[in-house]
Amino acid sequence: MSVTPADLPIPGSKPARGAIEVAEEGTTRTGRVKKRLTSRGATVAALVIAVLWTIPTFGLLISSFRPREEIIDNGWWTIFQNWGLTLENYQEVLLSPSVSAPQLGSYFVNSLAIAIPATIFPLVLASMAAYALAWIKFRGASTLFIVIFALQIVPLQMALIPLLQVFTSVIQPAQEWVSDTLPFIPTSNFLQIWIAHTIFALPLAIFLLHNFISEIPGEVIEAARVDGASHSQVFFRVVLPLALPALASFAIFQFLWVWNDLLVALIFSGGTAEAAPLTQRLAELTGSRGQEWQRLTAAAFVSLIVPLIVFFSLQRYFVRGLLAGSTKG
Amino acid sequence: MTTADLLEKVAQVLIGLAVFAAVVGLVMFVVDRAPKKRRDVVQLVAFLAPACILLAVGLIWPAARTTYLSFFSRSGQWAGLDNFIWIFTQEDALITVRNTVIWVVLVPLLSTAIGLAYAIFIDKSRGERFFKALVFMPMAISFVGASIIWRFVYEYRQSGDPQIGLLNQIVTLFGAEPVRWIQEPPINTFLLIVVMIWIQTGFAMVVLSAAIKGIPTEQIEAAQLDGTNAWQRFLNVTLPGIRGSLVVVLTTISIATLKVFDIVRTMTAGNFETSVIANEMVTQAFRAGEVGRGSALAVVLFILVLPIVIYNIRLLRQQREIR
Repeated sequence: MSVTPADLPIPGSKPARGAIEVAEEGTTRTGRVKKRLTSRGATVAALVIAVLWTIPTFGLLISSFRPREEIIDNGWWTIFQNWGLTLENYQEVLLSPSVSAPQLGSYFVNSLAIAIPATIFPLVLASMAAYALAWIKFRGASTLFIVIFALQIVPLQMALIPLLQVFTSVIQPAQEWVSDTLPFIPTSNFLQIWIAHTIFALPLAIFLLHNFISEIPGEVIEAARVDGASHSQVFFRVVLPLALPALASFAIFQFLWVWNDLLVALIFSGGTAEAAPLTQRLAELTGSRGQEWQRLTAAAFVSLIVPLIVFFSLQRYFVRGLLAGSTKG
Repeated sequence: MTTADLLEKVAQVLIGLAVFAAVVGLVMFVVDRAPKKRRDVVQLVAFLAPACILLAVGLIWPAARTTYLSFFSRSGQWAGLDNFIWIFTQEDALITVRNTVIWVVLVPLLSTAIGLAYAIFIDKSRGERFFKALVFMPMAISFVGASIIWRFVYEYRQSGDPQIGLLNQIVTLFGAEPVRWIQEPPINTFLLIVVMIWIQTGFAMVVLSAAIKGIPTEQIEAAQLDGTNAWQRFLNVTLPGIRGSLVVVLTTISIATLKVFDIVRTMTAGNFETSVIANEMVTQAFRAGEVGRGSALAVVLFILVLPIVIYNIRLLRQQREIR
């Protein structure tokens, strides 16, 4: 049994589990007693890799709690000689209203304001399309599916320039017209970036959800159809609830992808505190204030906290979603 | 950020979601009430059209247009293959191509090798799950965050001052002069590559670890009975057993590496001879106003990625069929 990157849980099988847990089970199956590492050399090598992989993050984490003078004057590994911990850095990067401060509070909100709709929109549209491709019979269904599937090979970079032109020539005027005629709908600074993320998510999302939805037993859907349910009723009442594990995996993957994205934000957000996400602000800070480590360290952790929470709390879905989407972009 | 700003953003999101829900709901409502004769066609269109239109307008047409634009000069004149010739002859652009090649050779090989070694070393060990989480963690965070983490490791202080970057601290411990790592070609490209390896090793490790668990125990036990040592078992049993997964990991990481942008942008912004194609594309098209060159770089990227993706997809399909 191999876990391939396109693996999503199959309906009717055991509840979704991540590669890590599947792996765990393999351990107990092969040998009930957990044995030690194969040899001493291997133990040392594994420990060295584990330490090497953890130290850089750990150093930054420690530093983010150190006072400014200490960070700049001596290494974080001398913390016991130069003791001092403080929350000031976090307070400053998040809350300080001063113009020169990073003001991450507002970018944090932007990141959420971008990522939540940019997860929901493609999820809904893709599951609708996946349902139609799998369960509404029409000529050319499989061709269309292959075309959408093949679109995964187009790198983001191929679409950026023309898409920006479309946005500035069509979406912006349209939005202004709407808010002029219907004043209760304000122009949204996030609209462009929502649409861009939605488009770029669709090929992968349709492909993965189609794999899942097409394996729902036909009798379930036929039964509902015979009872007179329309396609939209079947979709909402039967297919979506059954597809929940796949939806969750994809949602987590897409949320983190958007949260961590820099490229799409850089092109479509405009770069102001009105709409730019944390990643863009961080990249800007490293460019202009690359030496202010008291700010950079804390700022980096503000942006890392959400992915880390997701990683540690939803590991099973996370690993699955991540493996499935590893070629996206 | 003031409370008013916050409320305004929350309102934007809520309105966005509400409009979206209203449109989807309305379409579904209308579809269910379509005349019986045409209902199936109407339903089909309602389900498929939104995604298809978005893909056509946002991906297919732009990709075609980018290809078209790559044949035009800055002033909008037909330039034939000039932009492509520029990529492969002009010195700065050649450095970009060279760097991309270095990236795409080193990152997949090293991350896969380290990931595989680690997966084998911790296989069936106590605390395997914890050890995996340590190395997989970088996959969760952004490339920008990872870049800041590593910039701090590479930080430079004058010789004589206490170093605050770990790498220079180690270097000075051995009595050498501290180095401005990020500004020093060609070493800086390799140090940026380290960041990508740091991120991708976790991916390789998790996939390969699962593949290793999939090798039948009997095979390993049989090899043990034959009196083989651990290295022989690795070469003759483990490696053939995970070949498929190994190739998938290599190709997947190659694709990700070809498209790498954030690390270079955050660490050096492509200065000091570290640029790669994906970064140069953005610089040319959106900073320098060279839309033609940017488009040509995007097309080159597409052509480089294409064969790997097709191979990757074919492998995945084969593996699915086997199961």
